[in-house]
Amino acid sequence: MPTQAIYTISDMRNLAEDVISMTFIAPEIARSAAAGQFIHIKCGHSRPLRRPISISDVSGDKLTVIFEVRGAGTRWLASRDIGRKVDILGPLGHGFGDTFSGGIIVVGGGIGAAPMLFAAKAAKRKAHSVTAVLGFRSQANVILTDEFDAVCDGLVTTTDDGTAGLRGNVSAPLEELLNTKKYGAVLACGPKPMLRAVAEMCAIHKIHCEISLEERMGCGVGACLVCACLMHNGERMSRVCKDGPVFDAKEVVWNG
Amino acid sequence: MADLHVSFAGIAFKNPVLTASGTFGFGREYGEYYDLSELGGVCVKGLTAAPRLGNPAPRIAETAMGMLNSVGLQNPGVDEFIRAELPFLRRYDTRVIANISGNTVSEYGEMAAKLSDAGVDIIEVNVSCPNVHAGGMQFGTDPRAVAEVTREVRRNSRVPVMIKLSPNVTDIAEIARAAEGAGADAVSLINTLLGMKIDVNTRKPVLANNTGGLSGAAVLPVAVKMVWQVRNAVSIPILGMGGIFTGEDAVEMLLAGADMVAVGTANFTYPDAPLRVRDGIAKYLDAKKIRSVTELSGAVEMH
Repeated sequence: MPTQAIYTISDMRNLAEDVISMTFIAPEIARSAAAGQFIHIKCGHSRPLRRPISISDVSGDKLTVIFEVRGAGTRWLASRDIGRKVDILGPLGHGFGDTFSGGIIVVGGGIGAAPMLFAAKAAKRKAHSVTAVLGFRSQANVILTDEFDAVCDGLVTTTDDGTAGLRGNVSAPLEELLNTKKYGAVLACGPKPMLRAVAEMCAIHKIHCEISLEERMGCGVGACLVCACLMHNGERMSRVCKDGPVFDAKEVVWNG
Repeated sequence: MADLHVSFAGIAFKNPVLTASGTFGFGREYGEYYDLSELGGVCVKGLTAAPRLGNPAPRIAETAMGMLNSVGLQNPGVDEFIRAELPFLRRYDTRVIANISGNTVSEYGEMAAKLSDAGVDIIEVNVSCPNVHAGGMQFGTDPRAVAEVTREVRRNSRVPVMIKLSPNVTDIAEIARAAEGAGADAVSLINTLLGMKIDVNTRKPVLANNTGGLSGAAVLPVAVKMVWQVRNAVSIPILGMGGIFTGEDAVEMLLAGADMVAVGTANFTYPDAPLRVRDGIAKYLDAKKIRSVTELSGAVEMH
């Protein structure tokens, strides 16, 4: 059951330029959140629309999100300080599955790495072997590698320009992993071209694949249909906020 | 506590706070947050004769104290609503207002007949959707077309007929009079105001549909003024909406001449917004020692 309440910021730090990690003391949300779910944050009085941000970690009563400053709303949020209060609705949405057999690969692209940390931890708690493949633009954009390293059995980092980890995107290392053994599932979040490449690779290797989609949202609870996307072979619409943000990759219409 | 009961077009409502069409789905989602029986009524997502997938994304853009949407009447169609959604809403002790949009005048009549038989309490006729190419606002900006649609729905419906008016007209009072003259039992206003937001970096409109409908707190003064105008033009009851977030916003709308109010965009900010509005009205009435909410309707004292 989602809660809407005012919560206090207990920790806040910059992970990279315009990428902020923010932790709230939010017991009701932290204790019921599942990997892949998001919280809907009100960003100041003049902005009626909340901002959906994926949960990247929970620990006891605390909940952490990592967000990129993209517009006026996230800039407002980034200007808060530790001790300030923020109006949050959550946890919302349908998260990653948790009934897999075998090893799990989590794939994160850019800021999309954030929810995958929660997914990696959740899979680890279920005693899965977890391998992370993270892709970033450049060394300056690399985030969370220490945290993934502490949780995962294997970690591969890539950057487009080769300034950190392997040069290129996540496709080559993912392909290599899928060729070496049979995994139980691939879970991914990141830019749409990356998700599409991951989904197509998993389809070829016949590996279950779940991806987290991003769309501009209104209500966040499934009522307003603002974030609806064409799914299921183009036959019907699904709401990213309620039916997603995590979908079975087979359901997604990539040209929709 | 003050009496919140209202009689509207001959139908008894437990309180004057409804949810605005298109912001509340068919009630299922917000029903997870509170008991829908707390509401005066639910105006359901706009229905069309055949299912519609709506417009491409992005369908939303935030603006100062408001938002633009271009959902484009995504809905499962009137038959699926009657089969799968109406029975769910009927489990609650609240009024159900079915909102309909037709491509043609006869389609409006056919939908009204089905919904009236299915047992909705009121039919709200959407002649004012700014986000669809056929039907919608093209009817609502012409008094003769509004009269024609109203007559057709009235002829096919056994329940009260409420015409939802577009603010995108030169004289909304003229449209309201046309609806009343053709037999409308009530009017609701305002639908969204046409608007556009441009991304200065890409030079493209944010909405994939280019333009959309503006709603939210920014439109409240426009809505209050138009409700007041329509109150002075017709004698049928008015459902007032547009930017209501608080009890005081609702009181303004009632004073301007509305008999009931609907809460729309505020649902997106606060899932329990309609209950906040209802409680805010009650608090105002108690503070002013007013016995019944009906005493507020049209009680504005003009300079």
